[in-house]
Amino acid sequence: MKTYPITIELNGEARNTDVSATETLLDVLRNKFDAVEVKNGCEQGDCGACTVMLDGKAVNACLVLALQASGKAVTTVKGIGSQTSPHALQRAFVEQGAIQCGYCTAGMITAAKALLDEKSTATTAEIRQAISGNLCRCTGYKKIVAAIESVAKKEPATHKR
Amino acid sequence: MKQRIELLVNGEYHELYVAPNTLLINVIREELQLTGTKYGCGTGQCGGCTLLVDGEPVLGCLTLAVAVDGAAITTIEGVAAVDGTLDKVQEAFLDNNAVQCGYCTPGMVLMAKDLLRRNPHPSEADIRHHIKGNICRCTGYNGIVRAVKAAAERQIEGDANANG
Amino acid sequence: MQTVEYLKPADMNELAALMQQYAARATFIAGGTNLIPDMRSGRHRPEVLLDIGDLKAMNAIALNDDHLSIGAAATIARIAADATVNAHCPILAAAAAKLGNPLTRNRATIGGNLANASPCADTAPPLLSLEALVEIMDVKGQQRQVPLDKFFRGYKWTDLAPGEVITRIVVPKPSSGMQGGHTKLGLRKAAAICVASVAVMLEKENDHIAKARVAFGSVAPKPIRAYRLEAFFEGKAADATLLSQCEPILQQEIAPISDIRGSEAYRRQVTAVIFKRNLQELLWS
Repeated sequence: MKTYPITIELNGEARNTDVSATETLLDVLRNKFDAVEVKNGCEQGDCGACTVMLDGKAVNACLVLALQASGKAVTTVKGIGSQTSPHALQRAFVEQGAIQCGYCTAGMITAAKALLDEKSTATTAEIRQAISGNLCRCTGYKKIVAAIESVAKKEPATHKR
Repeated sequence: MKQRIELLVNGEYHELYVAPNTLLINVIREELQLTGTKYGCGTGQCGGCTLLVDGEPVLGCLTLAVAVDGAAITTIEGVAAVDGTLDKVQEAFLDNNAVQCGYCTPGMVLMAKDLLRRNPHPSEADIRHHIKGNICRCTGYNGIVRAVKAAAERQIEGDANANG
Repeated sequence: MQTVEYLKPADMNELAALMQQYAARATFIAGGTNLIPDMRSGRHRPEVLLDIGDLKAMNAIALNDDHLSIGAAATIARIAADATVNAHCPILAAAAAKLGNPLTRNRATIGGNLANASPCADTAPPLLSLEALVEIMDVKGQQRQVPLDKFFRGYKWTDLAPGEVITRIVVPKPSSGMQGGHTKLGLRKAAAICVASVAVMLEKENDHIAKARVAFGSVAPKPIRAYRLEAFFEGKAADATLLSQCEPILQQEIAPISDIRGSEAYRRQVTAVIFKRNLQELLWS
């Protein structure tokens, strides 16, 4: 099988591997780079569980060929904050009970982060629009939206990028 | 023809008039507005309606209110302290990812407290056996079992600190 | 998925050379939002993938004297947000904003939406009502422009021969008097495949309709222009009776089917409703 070398900047770190033409970014992130915080929900761009940022834009990793991500920057939820240094969004999700099974959470936070990178304050409608590609089967979305609102509705100076 | 009963619920006295076929769970949820106790199946299979009646676990959906006239009842609302401080079991549930949708949780917490009262050093098998009557659709039970274990440890610690 | 070759031309010259080399064996990929699921399901088994998504020339959005030029690889998200598109053909921006969801919009491209040629393609009805053309490059590097209504030949059948690629979409600048409306009906507010859609461009002169361009989506094997409906409106006084009079003509123009998203009867009824709403909005508000 023909393979190609790729380099991806994953959460700020250069990562290399060889891929076939048909491997997706999702495949590579989970199976080669051990970035299992990126979830595989549907593999067809319907659920948003695999949301990552590609050069700053929120995308479905399952709909990007690994080759198409070569030379680009990929940010997963681990690049947004850590357990020791969580992002305001992550803290808000935990504090506000916006997590039940947790499967949609990484994608939700990534989509929300992409929104906040674009505009540091957002209306409820804008928040709901920004996460309209991320499905949650547990929470009914209410607490997710509230958690994002709690970060997005503050004055720009009070939350970090 | 309504019957007069007396219940002590979470330390509060209630005088109630109920039809003889009224279920305890309906008195708790509807008369007394204590909706922490859940109506899950109505047939005694899910454990969502677990209550402590005179300290013993009972299914509210299979108990007539008139049958527990004069009893002291503990619901989930009576588990935390009056000032709101959480019970060690409740804390352990929160700390061990034992709560997702939360629907089984009141029943689970009461059964956990019942277990720890009888057996302060339960094994994992003891814990799993004791919650066999409480169904959880979300967590897969592992978090709940961990929580009860952790609660047992905290309780022992707490007792040791209190006594030592 | 099976062994596939992947090539990423750096510029249009390299693209042309690769197209000549691989001819009908080439499959183009940009956003991949249709192609990748199709590859995964086995519906498409490409031999050679030519990645055109990052080509500068195919990403350019530019306003010229008499037309707007949109690179085929321009993403739907970019088109929805673009100031030039919003200024000169807002119904295209509006339709783009309703396609898929925010994540797929960041990858999906206008060229891909048209080349895939689903009868539900969200950008097609506005582009049809704007009388847009697609510019196609063939395997010999020759360009041709095809009016969009001729480009769509039938169900998922376009003017593209194997190995050909859409390079840009040309949208003639609407005259200043033209106003447009667009409605997309779906079963959800996002991530919805269109159940029925309408795009209308109208020009009024005094109280008469000088020019009308109407296009429908999801109600025929391909996105369609409603020529007879347009002819009916042109020259007529903007009178409320038009609404009832146009209905039989509208019903003749469309040929919806019953599927999991709606019945034929529902689609017939609701297409008329959304068309009339747009008409009322444009004529009398």
